[in-house]
Amino acid sequence: MLAASSVEMRKVNKYYGKFQALKDVDLSIPPGKVTCLIGPSGSGKSTLLRCINFLEEYDSGEVRIDGQLIGYDAPNKKMSGRKLREMRRSIGIVFQQFNLWPHMTAKENVAEGLIRVRRMSKADADRRASEALAKVGLADKFASHPSRLSGGQQQRVAIARAIAMEPKLMLFDEPTSALDPELVGEVLSVMRTLADEGMTMVVVTHEMGFAAHVADQVGFMEKGELIDIGSPDRILHRPQDARIQSFLRTYHERNSF
Amino acid sequence: MEWSVLQQYGPSLLKGFGNTILCWALGTVFGMALGLVIALIQRYAPRWVRWIVQAYIEVIRGTPFLVQLFVLYYGGPLVGLRLDALPAGLLGLTIYGSPYFAEIFRSGFRAVPHGQIEAARGIGMSEADVVRRILLPLGLVSSLPALVNFSIILTKETVILSIITVPELLYQVQRMSAETFRYVEANLVLALFFWGLVETISRVGLRLEARITKHLIERT
Repeated sequence: MLAASSVEMRKVNKYYGKFQALKDVDLSIPPGKVTCLIGPSGSGKSTLLRCINFLEEYDSGEVRIDGQLIGYDAPNKKMSGRKLREMRRSIGIVFQQFNLWPHMTAKENVAEGLIRVRRMSKADADRRASEALAKVGLADKFASHPSRLSGGQQQRVAIARAIAMEPKLMLFDEPTSALDPELVGEVLSVMRTLADEGMTMVVVTHEMGFAAHVADQVGFMEKGELIDIGSPDRILHRPQDARIQSFLRTYHERNSF
Repeated sequence: MEWSVLQQYGPSLLKGFGNTILCWALGTVFGMALGLVIALIQRYAPRWVRWIVQAYIEVIRGTPFLVQLFVLYYGGPLVGLRLDALPAGLLGLTIYGSPYFAEIFRSGFRAVPHGQIEAARGIGMSEADVVRRILLPLGLVSSLPALVNFSIILTKETVILSIITVPELLYQVQRMSAETFRYVEANLVLALFFWGLVETISRVGLRLEARITKHLIERT
């Protein structure tokens, strides 16, 4: 069993100029559980996710990882870069566009953080990188550059890059949205393995099947608000709110044939 | 055409060409280095520092190289900066090239997808490591064609150094013309030498580009 973090968000607000991207969002993410965030594009799901590791700077409210405030020492007093980096070490993030470093091989992509951030020796980092890549099923792709890998393989390298750092929390920002449909499965199965190991995961996704089968809780967002959060069954099969019903109706219409 | 004069002036022309290459190479290297520093300052320094650097860029880009050289070589001594022709020429080329190189690097840095920088920050990498390991290597790769292009332009700016008596190729060509009245031959030699130099730089640049982008281009 891994050490797993919890996240508490209280009254989180985020503005882009006058546009309010997040409106008083309260969200509890229990340790070792999978939380999926769904909702229409532009609803603030990704913004909310990115506030958790402070890649997106929220303007007011609190985001706490295991009780510790991230990004600020006190209201309106930003945390030092060093302290923020310290906190980010235990939070992995996987992006929609993979964001692998194209000038490095798969193994170098994974080892980079271990060497620079964890200060591991090159030999140790290489060993750990190989293990992480093997875990995501890419034992034969160590020496490949990202340009030689399929989208699904690239995303699995990105997951290996994150888990090699031994995070206590993993953030996934639409990890399968940029993939061809036939490549989605391999990424979701790696994510499912992580979930089974007890990793705390927050997943912004349009994969309702994954949300239904793997999530412990599903949150629905619209226009910067967390409309409802609860068990997958309640949110996806017995939604109370009209906005969720309408979103799911559209989803089903688009995905049925 | 009277090519026999070349036998007599060949050695001094070659020496001049050597100086041209020296000025070009060092001016390019130092100008690039200064340009890189400027580009990094513009990305990371506090606003007031960026403002000063921006003013420097505007002034240097806004004035002719010739004028800058005059100010440096003839105006320098007035403020205690006494340089021989060659060092003054090198310093002049460095200063003249730096804002153009800085702009090339700036756009090269902008071409690095922000997500790749976020990925580095996301695993807790320090900003210095982000620059060293991600921004610089990727930014330099996307800057390369423009860097080669501008260093080719710089080859031809070196002739202006003849005005402050740097004994480079044009200086020697003018001396030969004045002494022999063989203007056409002398200037043809000048053109040929430059053409050879530019052609070489451009070929080396293309090879370099092919080599370092080998892994970056998706093979279809």
